[in-house]
Amino acid sequence: MHKPVLVIACGALAREIIGLKRSYGWGLLRLKCLDAKLYNRPGEIPQRVRDAIRESRPEYDQIFVAYADCGTGGGLDRVLQEEGVERLPGAHCYQLFAGERRFSRLSAAAPGTFYLTDFLARHFERLVIEPLGLDEHPELRDAYFGNYTRLVYLSQTLDAGLVAAAEAAADRLALAFEHVHCGFGELESELAERFSGWDDDQEDLRLLA
Amino acid sequence: MTDEDLKDETGGEDEEDLILADLPDDELVEQMHDDLYDGLKEEIVEATQILLDRGWSAEKVLNEALVEGMRIVGVDFRDGILFVPEVLLAANAMKGGMVLLRPLLAETGVKPIGKMVIGTVKGDIHDIGKNLVAMMMEGAGFEVVDIGINNDVDAYFAALEEHKPDILGMSALLTTTMPYMKVVIDEMVKQGIRDDYIVLVGGAPLNEEFGQAVGADGYCRDAAQAAEMGPQLLRERREAIGA
Repeated sequence: MHKPVLVIACGALAREIIGLKRSYGWGLLRLKCLDAKLYNRPGEIPQRVRDAIRESRPEYDQIFVAYADCGTGGGLDRVLQEEGVERLPGAHCYQLFAGERRFSRLSAAAPGTFYLTDFLARHFERLVIEPLGLDEHPELRDAYFGNYTRLVYLSQTLDAGLVAAAEAAADRLALAFEHVHCGFGELESELAERFSGWDDDQEDLRLLA
Repeated sequence: MTDEDLKDETGGEDEEDLILADLPDDELVEQMHDDLYDGLKEEIVEATQILLDRGWSAEKVLNEALVEGMRIVGVDFRDGILFVPEVLLAANAMKGGMVLLRPLLAETGVKPIGKMVIGTVKGDIHDIGKNLVAMMMEGAGFEVVDIGINNDVDAYFAALEEHKPDILGMSALLTTTMPYMKVVIDEMVKQGIRDDYIVLVGGAPLNEEFGQAVGADGYCRDAAQAAEMGPQLLRERREAIGA
């Protein structure tokens, strides 16, 4: 019999992981999220993940980390190797959602691309504008975005409100806007590989994102 | 009605505007450190001009007021007290002072202590860190040739050939682009020119270990450290070759 598995995730993936859990019926998946604001302080991620793993060890035999490298420069991998825990593939959630090939194509086409996911489109003000100080100092726009040419919204769901929010974000940063619908990409395939079949009695309602 | 009466009438003493020109030199310099910390460009420009008018050399204003002020900003950034927006505002304020100082520094004919070529690597357009390093290195007395963003091996080599710097600085923000530093350094080795330059690398996802792995002479975790490490490595190198 399978035991519960803990997924320690970036808060920016919480909604998506809960959605996948419900759709697939992964009853054994337990979720613990770290503050999504670490997105702006990636240097803190490895230690925070290590703390979460160690706190959870007494309760869970199996732990999986739903972070990519996320700007830790290999720091997260060093921690996970020491702790014997695996993580999601890739460099960051943009690559995770878009897939490696598509993300490489997007980056090569315009290195000056700023990416949004559903989460970032939803919390653009709180996670992009405010931490960069652009709410109080819009004059810093060029220092941050002077070399950017476009904003690409890598959507997980097809939500007209979020598309409009992403487009407004592009306008605010004075960048061209593009929308690329990705669905859940490798987040879905990675988790499905780990959890599918564990709750066979539950109906399989895969997300058709 | 006296000033005291006015204060009573308005319900207390309002903070008076600080007249920078009334401050003695030491207090003015201290105030400039505070103003840099707070990113107050206009005040920095005004105070820089006041010190110059009082007969301070441009070099003294640069070192004692601006560079020292930015050093304090750098320390608090390192310690997590200040964040990127505050550092950018401070840098912007320092730039205001530099506009006044740069032509005067050039006029004095004082030779730069060294020359640096700096740019972000191929595929990387993030230049905040690179710009801060360039500014701090200039403050440390270097002539800085900023070759901008997204540089491939050919662009770096062309700049080395043209400007013949002492230091090559490479910067990257992305884990996907930082390996390109090794491509550049390996090519320098292949071409037999690696030892002609001090190579410094930096950027948020880098660390000491990475710097060593790609064959750099130094990894700089921030602009303030670059401005310390650059002159130090150059000094050691010159001592070693008896220059």
